[in-house]
Amino acid sequence: MNTLDHLSTLEAEAIYIMREVAAECEKPVMLYSIGKDSSVMLHLARKAFYPENPPFPFLHIDTTWKFHEMIEFRDAMALKYGLDMLVYTNEEGVREGINPFDHGAAYTDIMKTQALKQALKKYGFTAAFGGGRRDEEKSRAKERIFSFRNTEQAWDPKNQRPEMWKLYNTRIHKGESIRVFPLSNWTEADIWQYIQRENIDIVSLYFAKERPCIERDGNIIMVDDDRLKLRPGEKIEYRKIRFRTLGCYPLTGGMESDADTLDKIIAETLGAVYSERTSRVIDHEAAGSMERRKREGYF
Amino acid sequence: MKDLLKFLTCGSVDDGKSTLIGHMLYDTKQLYADQKQALELDSKVGSRDGQIDYSLLLDGLMSEREQGITIDVAYRYFKTNERSYIVADAPGHEEYTRNMAVAASFAQLAVILIDASKGVQIQTKRHTRICSLMGIKDFVFAVNKMDMVRYDHKRFREITNTIQQMTKPFPVDSLMIIPVSATVGDNITRNSARISWYHGPSLLEYLDQVEIAKPIDQDFTMPVQRVCRPNVNFRGYQGQIESGTVRVGDEIRSLPSGETALVSDILCGFDHVKEAIPGQPVTLQLNREIDISRGCVLVKGKGHPISKDFTCTLLWMDETPMIPGINYILKLGTRMTNATVMEIQHKIDIHTGSHIPADKLYKNEIAECSLVVADKIILDTFEADRTMGELILIDQVTHHTCACGVVKATTAGYGDLFWQNFDITRETRSMNLGQRPLTIWFTGLSGSGKSTLANALEKRLYSMNKHTMVLDGDNIRLGLNRDLGFSEGDRIENIRRIAQVAKLMNDAGLIVLTAFISPYRRDRENARQIIGDSFIEVFVDTPLEECESRDTKNLYSKARRGEIKDFTGISSPYEAPDAADIVVKTVGRSVEDSVNDIMEKLKPYLEHPF
Repeated sequence: MNTLDHLSTLEAEAIYIMREVAAECEKPVMLYSIGKDSSVMLHLARKAFYPENPPFPFLHIDTTWKFHEMIEFRDAMALKYGLDMLVYTNEEGVREGINPFDHGAAYTDIMKTQALKQALKKYGFTAAFGGGRRDEEKSRAKERIFSFRNTEQAWDPKNQRPEMWKLYNTRIHKGESIRVFPLSNWTEADIWQYIQRENIDIVSLYFAKERPCIERDGNIIMVDDDRLKLRPGEKIEYRKIRFRTLGCYPLTGGMESDADTLDKIIAETLGAVYSERTSRVIDHEAAGSMERRKREGYF
Repeated sequence: MKDLLKFLTCGSVDDGKSTLIGHMLYDTKQLYADQKQALELDSKVGSRDGQIDYSLLLDGLMSEREQGITIDVAYRYFKTNERSYIVADAPGHEEYTRNMAVAASFAQLAVILIDASKGVQIQTKRHTRICSLMGIKDFVFAVNKMDMVRYDHKRFREITNTIQQMTKPFPVDSLMIIPVSATVGDNITRNSARISWYHGPSLLEYLDQVEIAKPIDQDFTMPVQRVCRPNVNFRGYQGQIESGTVRVGDEIRSLPSGETALVSDILCGFDHVKEAIPGQPVTLQLNREIDISRGCVLVKGKGHPISKDFTCTLLWMDETPMIPGINYILKLGTRMTNATVMEIQHKIDIHTGSHIPADKLYKNEIAECSLVVADKIILDTFEADRTMGELILIDQVTHHTCACGVVKATTAGYGDLFWQNFDITRETRSMNLGQRPLTIWFTGLSGSGKSTLANALEKRLYSMNKHTMVLDGDNIRLGLNRDLGFSEGDRIENIRRIAQVAKLMNDAGLIVLTAFISPYRRDRENARQIIGDSFIEVFVDTPLEECESRDTKNLYSKARRGEIKDFTGISSPYEAPDAADIVVKTVGRSVEDSVNDIMEKLKPYLEHPF
C-alpha cells in the first residue's frame, strides 16, 4: 500500500487540526506574523478548507517596527487571497513612545505580549492559531498542540491537558482561550522544503540581497528607516545579507549570505551551524526566558 | 522518499531516557553550535564531575531542571540517511503517568529503558502496559547502564528473560532487546567493542531498519470533520481518510443513516484526484444529497457497528476519581456525545495484570468499564479499527480530559432495554394541564430557607391553578433513598434518583420544586444533564453566619461541637453556583418578598407553555 512521505504526513496533521478548530471552536483566529512559518500556515489553511476561504480572520500584531517589505507583503497576501486581515497595534504604547532602542525587554512585553492580549480580548477570540514549532526552543518542545490559557491568558506548564491520539479537547470556560500550534511537529528544514515543494510566496527578506546595514552588539542590523539613530563609530554599509527569522527590524539580526534562491537557502539551512533563535536579539537571555514569557502570555 | 517514524522513550525514573536521546542527537550531529555550547556550559555548572550531561538538552522546563526530573513529554526531531524521526521523551515518574500516556498515544514504537542494575521495575511494567493499551505493538527494550554492571552478559540474559515473560500477554509485532550505556554511548548509534558478546544492531541502526506493520485490506473509513459549503453549488465533506482507499465513482455509505451515494469528485488540497489513500486530508463530493454532518462516518464495505452501549479499557487521568453514574462528554472520531460509566467491571493490577473489583477509579489506574451514550454512535473495537476504537472522556464541569480508553466490545448488553415511545407524550400531558413542566431546583446551605421558600412558592403556584409537587431532602431520605448513606457514591446516587424522579414528574406534566442542599457543582450539573431544559437552578444566597444564627434544627451547634461529621459550611464545602438561573437573597426580606422575586424571574417560563 502507498504511504505518505514525511512532508505529506506533517501537512495532513496540520490540516486535520485546523479543521477540528474550525468545526469545534466558537471564534477562532489565525495569527499572522508574515514570516515563513505564517506563510506555511496560511497556505495550509487555504488547502484545508478549499474551495471555501479559511473560515476565520487573520490577525497581525503590528509593533510599528516591522520591516517595510513585511508590511507590503502582508497587504499583498490579504488582497491576493481575499483574507479578512485584522491589524492591531497597542496605541497606548505608541503614544508613550515605547521603542526597541530605549525600552529593551519592556518593549517586547508592551508592543507584542500586551498588544496580543488586548487584541484577543477586544475581538473575543476563543482560539488562536500560532506558527510555533517544537524544535525552536526547549520549553516549546514540551508544549501541547492545543495549549490552554487561563483568563489572564497565562500558560501553566505543570498542568497541561493530556492530548491523546488526535482527539483534541476544545472545551473551555468563559474567558479562557486556546493557542493552537498546527506546525508543532515541523522543523526549520521541513518548513523550507515544504515552501519549495508547494511554491509558497515568502517575503523577499529571506533571500540574500545587498542591503544597507550596520553592525551593533555582534548583530548585523538592517537600516530600514531613519528611526535608527547611529551611535558613534557606526556607519551604514551595503552588505549582501538575508534573514533567517523575521521580526522587528532593530531586533532582527541578518546574516551574510549568497543564498538568493530557495535551493541555496535550503542548502544553507541544512548545513547551518547556529540555531535560528540566535538571530533574535531578545533570546540572548538566561535559560528559561522563553518559558517565563509564555507563562506571562507571550505566544 | 524518506518516511517518518514516531517513537517514544519511557521507563522508570532515572533509567536515563533523556540522556539516551541527548546522546543520540549529539552523536548524529543534530545540534547547532549554540545549543552545543549551551550544553557544555550548563554541564560545567550542574553536572556530576564536569562530564557532558546529555539530559540537559531535553529537560526544558525550569521546574524540571530544578527538580532534576522530567514532568512532561519533550518532542525532538532528527534525521538519518534512512528516516525522519520524532521522539517523544516521556516522564518516568508515576505522578506523571498521564503525560507518558500522551507520548504513547502519539508513537508507533516504544523504546523502554531498563536500568541494568535494577532490572524490570513496576514502572517498566506500567509503561509496557500503557504502550500496549495505546496500540503499540513494536517494542525495543534498551537495557541501560551496562557499564555499571561491568557489561555482565549473565545479568543481561536474566533481564531478557524477565522482559520476555512480561510481554507475553500483549500483542507484539516486533521485540528487540539491546544492551546499552547512554552516558558512555555504548550501542546507541554504533556497536560497542565493550559489549563483545552482543552481535545485534545498535539502537539507531535498529530503528533505521525496523518496519512497522500496517493494517492491510481495511475498508474505506472517513469520519466527517466538517461540511464545506462555500456557495449553493458546492457541498463537500471534509475529513482525513483513516483506512482504505476511495476512488471517483465508488459507492459510499454514510453512517449512521446508512444512505448511499457515489463519489463524484475528490479534492486533495487544491487538486482534483481520482483516488485518495489513508492519511490524506480530502474533500469528497457526492452525486446526490444525503444526510451527512460532522460526526457521521463515510464508509465502503461492511462499515462499523452503531451502538448505544459498549465496554472499554479506560486509563483514568484526572485528580477527581471516577464514580459510576456521573455523566461525561465522550469524544470518539469526530463525534461528541454525553456518556455515563454504568459500571467498573474490574480494575487491572499493573503489576500482575490480574482483575480487582472496584467501585471507584483513581488517577493512573486502568479498568474495564461499561459505558452508555446519550445518542447512538458509530464505533468499532480498537483491535478492528484504531480510529473508531479510541476515545476520551471530558469532565462536564472542569473540562479536563479525565480519561482515555479503547473499545473492547461494541455492545455491553444493556441493549435489551429499549426506550418505549408512547403516543401520549410529555407535550400532550402538559398541554392538557396548560403548563410547562419545570424542575425548580433550590440549592443553598442548611437553614438558608430552601424548604420554606419551596413551600411558599408552591402555594403561590397552586393558587394560580398550576399542578405542582415538592421533593424535600429529609422526606426523600426517609423514603425512596433510605438505603443510602452519606458516602460520596451514595451522595451521587441520592441526587441521581431525585433527578430521575423529577424528570418522570416533568414527563407527567408537573412543576417540581426540590429543596436539597446539593452542595457540589458536579452533582447539580449531573441533575441538569438528566432533567434537561426544564431544569432551573435557584440559589438561595443566605450567608453562613445568618444560617448559623437561625439554626432551626440545632444542627450547626452540633456540627460545631463535632457531633456531626462533614457538615456543609462547617466541615465540608459548599460550592455556590457561578451561573444560577435565579439568585434569591433572604436576609432582611420576608418570605413574601423572596417569593415575589422568584416569581418575577419565573414569569417567562410560566407564560409560554413550551
